[in-house]
Amino acid sequence: MKRIGVFICHCGVNIKDTVDVELLTEQLENYPGVVHIENYMFMCSDPGQNQIKAAIEENKLDGVVIAACSPTLHESTFQNVIEEMGINKYQLEIANIREQCSWVHNDKEEATRKANLIIKTALEKLRLNESLSPVSSPMTKRVMVIGGGIAGIQAALDIADGGYEVLLVEKKPSIGGHMIQLSETFPTLDCSQCILTPKMVQLAKHKNIKLYVNSEVEKVEGFVGNFTAKINRKPQYVNPDICTMCGDCIDNCPVVVPSEYDEGLSWRKAIYVPFPQAIPATFTIDTENCLGFDPIACGECRKACKPEAINYDKKPETFEEKIGAIILATGYDLYPVEKMAEYGYGKFPDVLNGLQFERILSATGPTGGKMLRPSDGKIPKEIVFIQCSGSRDPERHNSYCSKICCMYSLKHAKLYKHKVHDGQPYIFYIDIRSGGKRYEEFIQQAVSEDGVIYIRGKVAKIYKEDDKMIVHGMDTLTGKKIEIKADLVVLAQSMIPSEGVNKLIQNLKLSTDEHGFLNEAHPKLRPLESIQSGFYLTGAAQGPKDIPDSVAQASGAAAKVLALMSQQEIYHEPIIAWVDEEKCSGCGICISTCPYGARALNFDGIAEVNEVLCEGCGACISACPSSASQQRNLTDDQINNMIDIILQDNLENSLEKEDMI
Amino acid sequence: MAKPKVAFYWCASCGGCEEAIIDLNEKILEVADLINIVFWPCAMDFKYADVRKMADQEIDACFINGAIRTDEQLEMAKLLRKKSKMVISFGACSHLGGIPGLANFYDKHSIFDVSYKAACPSIENPENIVPETKVKVPEGELTLPAFHNTVKSLDQVVTVDYYIPGCSPAPYLTLEAIHKILANDLPAKGSVLAPDKSLCDVCSRNDTKPEKLMLDEINRISLVDADPEKCFLAQGIICMGPVTRAGCRKEGDGRCITVNMPCRGCYGAPNNVKDVGGKMVSALASILGVENEEDYDEEKITKLMDQIVDPAGTFYRFSLPVSMLHRTRSEKQI
Repeated sequence: MKRIGVFICHCGVNIKDTVDVELLTEQLENYPGVVHIENYMFMCSDPGQNQIKAAIEENKLDGVVIAACSPTLHESTFQNVIEEMGINKYQLEIANIREQCSWVHNDKEEATRKANLIIKTALEKLRLNESLSPVSSPMTKRVMVIGGGIAGIQAALDIADGGYEVLLVEKKPSIGGHMIQLSETFPTLDCSQCILTPKMVQLAKHKNIKLYVNSEVEKVEGFVGNFTAKINRKPQYVNPDICTMCGDCIDNCPVVVPSEYDEGLSWRKAIYVPFPQAIPATFTIDTENCLGFDPIACGECRKACKPEAINYDKKPETFEEKIGAIILATGYDLYPVEKMAEYGYGKFPDVLNGLQFERILSATGPTGGKMLRPSDGKIPKEIVFIQCSGSRDPERHNSYCSKICCMYSLKHAKLYKHKVHDGQPYIFYIDIRSGGKRYEEFIQQAVSEDGVIYIRGKVAKIYKEDDKMIVHGMDTLTGKKIEIKADLVVLAQSMIPSEGVNKLIQNLKLSTDEHGFLNEAHPKLRPLESIQSGFYLTGAAQGPKDIPDSVAQASGAAAKVLALMSQQEIYHEPIIAWVDEEKCSGCGICISTCPYGARALNFDGIAEVNEVLCEGCGACISACPSSASQQRNLTDDQINNMIDIILQDNLENSLEKEDMI
Repeated sequence: MAKPKVAFYWCASCGGCEEAIIDLNEKILEVADLINIVFWPCAMDFKYADVRKMADQEIDACFINGAIRTDEQLEMAKLLRKKSKMVISFGACSHLGGIPGLANFYDKHSIFDVSYKAACPSIENPENIVPETKVKVPEGELTLPAFHNTVKSLDQVVTVDYYIPGCSPAPYLTLEAIHKILANDLPAKGSVLAPDKSLCDVCSRNDTKPEKLMLDEINRISLVDADPEKCFLAQGIICMGPVTRAGCRKEGDGRCITVNMPCRGCYGAPNNVKDVGGKMVSALASILGVENEEDYDEEKITKLMDQIVDPAGTFYRFSLPVSMLHRTRSEKQI
């Protein structure tokens, strides 16, 4: 039998005032297995710890129960104490007689009785505790970043600068994300491309970064420190080593499709460079629209290509990469404006979404930076911006606030005013959210200096009359109906998780909120991690976010990953599931129940536990119909013994045994 | 060496366990050659007095089937225990309380009401007479054994050395047990003489389970055309196989499974399961609608669970008396 020492803490008066510690000491003195018991004012103090050490040595203890505060507070303190004395730290049990007893009771007699039972349950549990050592596995010191927007770029650069290899996987033909589409950024109005492109180039040239564009992650298997990712890459039909970027192919391509980069406001060919500063800087063939894959139909670009860099016969590749951690920077899309029939998007060429307006403002955009409206190329003199388009509207659209629209609508208005001095911008708003450094000043300046007119209220309807867009709304401050004859309308569409992410998230078994944004492990204390170890979140994939926040989060996640990468081995708690192979029938119910994918049938039909994946949640243990699955140091026997000891008094007193058996 | 003395006795049971011995078929002759049957009221003419006359521990092995529900059964169980070196609990009723144990959802009085009084349509009993332990008739006093309020398993009244499970036990297990007794090749006392894994272990349908077993509806076997090759749970039919000890057939699938019926749980749980019904509820709850958990509100959950008709009778069909609760609370306790 274990030689157990019990140490009861007074916690000053916190415990002692409500629990009779002397009586407890007396009551438990002769409890089976207890060879030493004492109480002291502050067990966690230095003298308290020394008393425990002395008692361990003197009585040759091999198990310790500390009756004190919650284990979240001092379990590790006392674990260290007993480890110093050569006892395995899993031979320590904390009996929480403060939060769960003295703090919540007044009646000293009852509280003492309860404290007695709490300590007895800890003793019963400890009796069957095994000595355990943390589960370890080697660390693969490579990181995969999914998504090549600003968040992914920043995270990849930080980790690569830290000396670890990074794979950046981007679905599109170039990195840059949405930020590369923007004209200027709030509140400083510095040029988006000017600050982003150097980072893109730096990334492409970084010796520690491997860039996969036109690629998607199909599947990730394994666990933190030991993931295997399956990546699909669309073929690169143009060999970048031979291609001279002459552009003859573009001139000869007969296929014209709307440009993604310009949000459909300009045209591109089926062979194209996504935008002038694209990284990697190569030509891409859009397989959905290219006719060249049918040699009878086309093949013009290949004919035109003098260095013979084009090859239609390339096939998609699937390859596997070993990585230790994954950063998700999958970004956002705009809420489909087609869903907002009341605003006439798609029907009227002069109703745009925010990104389209960015393109019109941009020097590399369809108008070369001139403020012209799409329908007739005229300069718009009156322009209406509608905030919360698709946001904060739980009945019809999204319930959440997209966070950045207040600022970017204002930025749009300001930039417009800089280009069209005699123009008048109006902004419809519900209220203004300008929480950010220099954000409020940015707004005040726009109102006082640029003459932006704010109208509090929602727009009910937009229709066309002659060449004007008639905007009907209500000013809720004055209660008056408003009608504005606008030349252009810009909708601040809400941000939604980017398209195609759902499939990826399902494959990775990550959790999302009700809107599809990735869930963090803890909203306050672990905002950069997913609940599944080894996955980190950055940028708008986790929720609507502006550039500074995305960059900060990316660097934060990179720091987390660097800390992880600095470990040679990965350790985690051994309080996890194990399976008794003699009892497991392979029914597979645990597999369905496990939220971490830690249970799987082996060749012998036994549902094994992957010790590294298992988080010790216990779901499979309660589900296991034949009790073959057990939690280490929380076995059914231990739990039953603990329950028995609590119910013993009641059982003896209240049941008529003869009748009840 | 003299042939070992063996006794058979039945308590509250249907008689199927006696049949299970007859089901040894021609092997019974082989068994009869090896042992000396000293008591078997069902098949041979012995009196209780014969047993009383025996010396203590004279019987080498005593097989008792049926649950304990009356004074007579209790008395005989105790007597046979005293006279036997080894008591083997034979069959589900003796092992777990069995089908008679479902009476523990009621008490003695309500059972008598249903069986003897107006609530029973086939009985005419205007005076509401119910069985009494003593009744005076002109010829003298007649007695009946007392009817207990609670049905018990054999091991709740006497110490049991071994268990042969099943409703009824598979003949091959009985034969194996007899050979083990003869060879004195028995496991630790208190063991169940059957495999310690659940039925899924031997089930040919186990491979048809999807990778993630999930039930979003519960079907009753009587109302659907069950696929004869697919796992019942995967078809939404409650099968007690995952919580039930294998062994009802020597090889291949379980007895019920072979005739396309889900396991009903008569072999009881593997060794370390404390409460079969509780375990099954827990397992089932873990896979009910597990894929779309977020979509389930209180109402949807209730609707799904309401599809389980007679949950108590389904999950505790054979094991109510040995469950943690043993029975419903009697009025006295309330």
